[in-house]
Amino acid sequence: MNINLTLIGQAISFAIFVWFCMKFVWPPITSALEQRKKKIADGLSAAELGEQALEKAKIDVDSKLSEAKSEAKNIISMAEKRQSDILDEANVKASEETSKKLKLAEQEVEQLSMRLKESLKKDVSKLVVEGAEMILKKEIDKSVHDKAIQDLVTKI
Amino acid sequence: MAAGAQTGSEYIKHHLTNWTFGKDPSDGVWKIAETAQQAQEMGFYAIHLDSMGWSVALGFIFILLFGLVGRKATTGVPGGLQNSIEIVIEFIDSNVRDTFSHTNKLIAPMALTAFVWVLLMNLMDLVPVDFIPQIATYIGVHFFAMDPHHVYFKIVPTTDPNVTMGMSLSVFFLALFYSIKNKGVGGFVGELTLHPFTSKNLLIKLILIPINLFLEGVSLLAKPISHGLRLFGNLYAGEMIFILIALLPLYAQWTLSVPWAIFHILVIVLQAFIFMVLMVVYMNMAHDTGDH
Repeated sequence: MNINLTLIGQAISFAIFVWFCMKFVWPPITSALEQRKKKIADGLSAAELGEQALEKAKIDVDSKLSEAKSEAKNIISMAEKRQSDILDEANVKASEETSKKLKLAEQEVEQLSMRLKESLKKDVSKLVVEGAEMILKKEIDKSVHDKAIQDLVTKI
Repeated sequence: MAAGAQTGSEYIKHHLTNWTFGKDPSDGVWKIAETAQQAQEMGFYAIHLDSMGWSVALGFIFILLFGLVGRKATTGVPGGLQNSIEIVIEFIDSNVRDTFSHTNKLIAPMALTAFVWVLLMNLMDLVPVDFIPQIATYIGVHFFAMDPHHVYFKIVPTTDPNVTMGMSLSVFFLALFYSIKNKGVGGFVGELTLHPFTSKNLLIKLILIPINLFLEGVSLLAKPISHGLRLFGNLYAGEMIFILIALLPLYAQWTLSVPWAIFHILVIVLQAFIFMVLMVVYMNMAHDTGDH
């Protein structure tokens, strides 16, 4: 338990170790700790920002979705209207066409019946005349009776 | 027990003597002391080779370990070594922040150095008392042809008052330096002479100066001495008990040495911590101005 130069030796080595620690140990490690702390804080705040952005995006998406839905509804209703329009138009056109065709057919039928009547008239009159001729051949002058038949024909 | 021929008290004395290199007063030659008597006669001009060697080696372990981590310190996910070093650093940092209320870049690294270094030196106390001294004796006898009774080897530097006082006196002189730097010579002298007794009357004030100086002087000088001797005393006592336990018969030693070693783990950490905290407290007092 002698006090001697070891005291001074220890003081010197203490000073050297403290100097080394102050120069090469303490600053890098504490700065690393500090930076890591900052990094973690930054990460946390970034995560929070991201969450907020996500929330916003969700709201955005919702509004866009409802917009798109209403637009789609609009388009569908317009298409329905257009469809009924087209159908109506087609109906009108078709009925017009049919009535036109009907009219034409009626006219044709009328003409045909007229012609038939004419020819029937002629045939009947001829037959009548012939019959009458056959019956009256000897008694009736042809010319006088022609005139009478003509009158009859016109009467028919 | 170490050498068979020794008596108990010789064994203890042998274990408490340092490996001393110094100037022999009888012929003025620098040499290694062969007996405890000779080591004592060498007086101040001697150096304890074992204390110095172990303390410097342990200090190198500290700076190599921490320096390595400091050089490779990553801000990302730390590895196991960096993590444990960071725990120590943060522990010291929070302690210094709590105790030291001023700005001084020296204090925290100094506290870290003191804590880890003292802790490592104290830890040597847990190495069985005869382990390394026996190896040293073997080397001394076989390679240097020494008398086995002349090989002295203490492995716990903090059981050497030179080591603990060397550190506490460094802190003391640093505290004096900062006191004078921060308070000025006048402020420092005023602190020593105008407290704790004070008066508004100038004459009484003058009379009180020597009383104050005496009281403050004693408390000023008591700080480094108690600071260094507290650490020394605790570790010396611990070492002494280990040595006493080593005197028991071989089969009975563990019944005492194991509980004492387990208890001593607490002492080792606690004393290192106390040494560090007192150092920071004294430094804080040296920086405190005004509120006295």
